[in-house]
Amino acid sequence: MIRTVLFCFKQSVIQMWRHKGRAFTTVFSITCTLLILALFFFLTVNITFATEALKAQFNTIEVFLLETTTEEDAQVMIKSLEHMDEVDKIEFITKDQAMEEFKDSWGSKGYLLDGLAANPLPNSLRVTLTDISQGDFVAQICSTFSGVEEVRYYATEVNKILRISDALQKICVVIIIFLIVISIFGVYNTVKLNVMSRQDEIMIMRFVGATNWFIRAPMLMEGVLLGAIAAGISLVLTSEVYGRCIELFNEQVKVLFSTGLVPRDFMMQNLTWIFLALGISIGSIGSIFAVRRFLRA
Amino acid sequence: MIKFEHVSKIYLASDGRNVGLEDATIQIDEGEFVFLVGPSGAGKSTFIKLITKEIDPDEGDIYVDGEKVTRLSHRRIPQLRRKIGIVFQNFQLLQNMTVFENVAFAMEVVHLTGRTIKRQVPTVLQMMGIEEKADRFPKQLSAGEQQRVAIARAIVNHPKMIIADEPTGNLDPDTAWEIMQLLDMINQKGTTVVVVTHDDKIVNRMGKRVVAISNGRIVKDSQEGVYGYDD
Ligand SMILES: Nc1ncnc2c1ncn2[C@@H]1O[C@H](COP(=O)(O)OP(=O)(O)OP(=O)(O)O)[C@@H](O)[C@H]1O
Ligand SMILES: [Mg+2]
Repeated sequence: MIRTVLFCFKQSVIQMWRHKGRAFTTVFSITCTLLILALFFFLTVNITFATEALKAQFNTIEVFLLETTTEEDAQVMIKSLEHMDEVDKIEFITKDQAMEEFKDSWGSKGYLLDGLAANPLPNSLRVTLTDISQGDFVAQICSTFSGVEEVRYYATEVNKILRISDALQKICVVIIIFLIVISIFGVYNTVKLNVMSRQDEIMIMRFVGATNWFIRAPMLMEGVLLGAIAAGISLVLTSEVYGRCIELFNEQVKVLFSTGLVPRDFMMQNLTWIFLALGISIGSIGSIFAVRRFLRA
Repeated sequence: MIKFEHVSKIYLASDGRNVGLEDATIQIDEGEFVFLVGPSGAGKSTFIKLITKEIDPDEGDIYVDGEKVTRLSHRRIPQLRRKIGIVFQNFQLLQNMTVFENVAFAMEVVHLTGRTIKRQVPTVLQMMGIEEKADRFPKQLSAGEQQRVAIARAIVNHPKMIIADEPTGNLDPDTAWEIMQLLDMINQKGTTVVVVTHDDKIVNRMGKRVVAISNGRIVKDSQEGVYGYDD
């Protein structure tokens, strides 16, 4: 049994070596598919994490006050908002508190802000909503108060980001499906040509009584190997590239979304399985089609 | 060993019906040496393809080694083929493999171990008188030598019968006679041998059983026969 598997393995390796160019093209196309898939995966996972973090602010409305607005004026606003059903609670955030929070969000680089002569941040009200769907209505009311400089409601921002990421993901899915089909066809073609170029061997195998399974196995294994090699290459590449991305962009992303990029180990653990599964599936589907079509019993 | 009972095979081609074999009934016993003769298009190759289940008959039953070939499932065809060693007119050797590898290939694909292969291949090459050509490639061999390799490959897995479709068709008379002697030797060791040939001199000289086919019908079957199918 082990001998048989080894024999098939040897046959398919020899076959790939004999037709290096063909094998390379196929591996290349599967690798491209997997890399685009990785991009899709990175976008989805990171955006999901980031929006989760943003959603904590989803249910709050920031009402920035003018320099001229006193705390008494603010208390009046709080009174008028407090009795609304849509409002859960209201906090008055002084400019100093705001600065503290801002520093925290910069993490280890927060000390850079110590150098600022004056605090540019305004006082603000933080309105927490009971019901997010009423956010726009409450934000509207807040903006009618005099003494308000700006009303910032994150839901709009989050929605915008979600819409963009949604579109990106859809484009990715279309591209991936397209590439999967191309890759399957590539494997199909490779295996087909190999079946063709091995007609003599196959005929003799039939005449000396090789089982169908045994005749097909090297062909199927070749597809699987092509897929597995592509998965390996893709894994190394994405691991490297994602590592770089974290080095380069993690801090910026932290400032923007108040959460960093998803750690590389987490990503790669998931991607290893996805890559292997998809690479091997593409390889076996392509070769199964070719073998069924060109290696009839 | 081989039994045909009222076997008919009609090919349906675009230009109409071609009779391959018609109502053929014959029995070949274990250990026999049989020549199959007849004009071109008579149905000799059809007869052989029916034995190896390359094709199925339209009517009748075929038995090989006690098994009803006509009822054999596709999955069991390899088992049937392992009982039969086949030799072709054009040798059918793999050009990118050496003599040794060509013979070993037939053993590898039926899952024999490396040790058996290393022991068995030189033995059959020696039997065929080409042991010192083991590392050559087919195109570095004469036609007669290539056919010896093909026979070595056919017998290496110890089949119960050897079937040769015009094995000497591409050979000069002397070489043809040598090849026939090798097949006779294999037969002496107990293997059933069926040889399709057009070579009347060889048939007459060997004095074996001769079965003649013409237009798909078995027209003559004689022990120690001579070549001929016209009577
Ligand atoms: N695949 C096929 N399709 C249609 N007709 C066929 C096919 N194979 C053989 N025939 C026809 O069947 C008949 C018998 O063919 P077969 O090959 O058995 O002859 P043969 O005796 O081996 O001839 P030869 O001595 O030339 O090899 C011929 O008339 C041939 O044209
Ligand atoms: Mg013929």
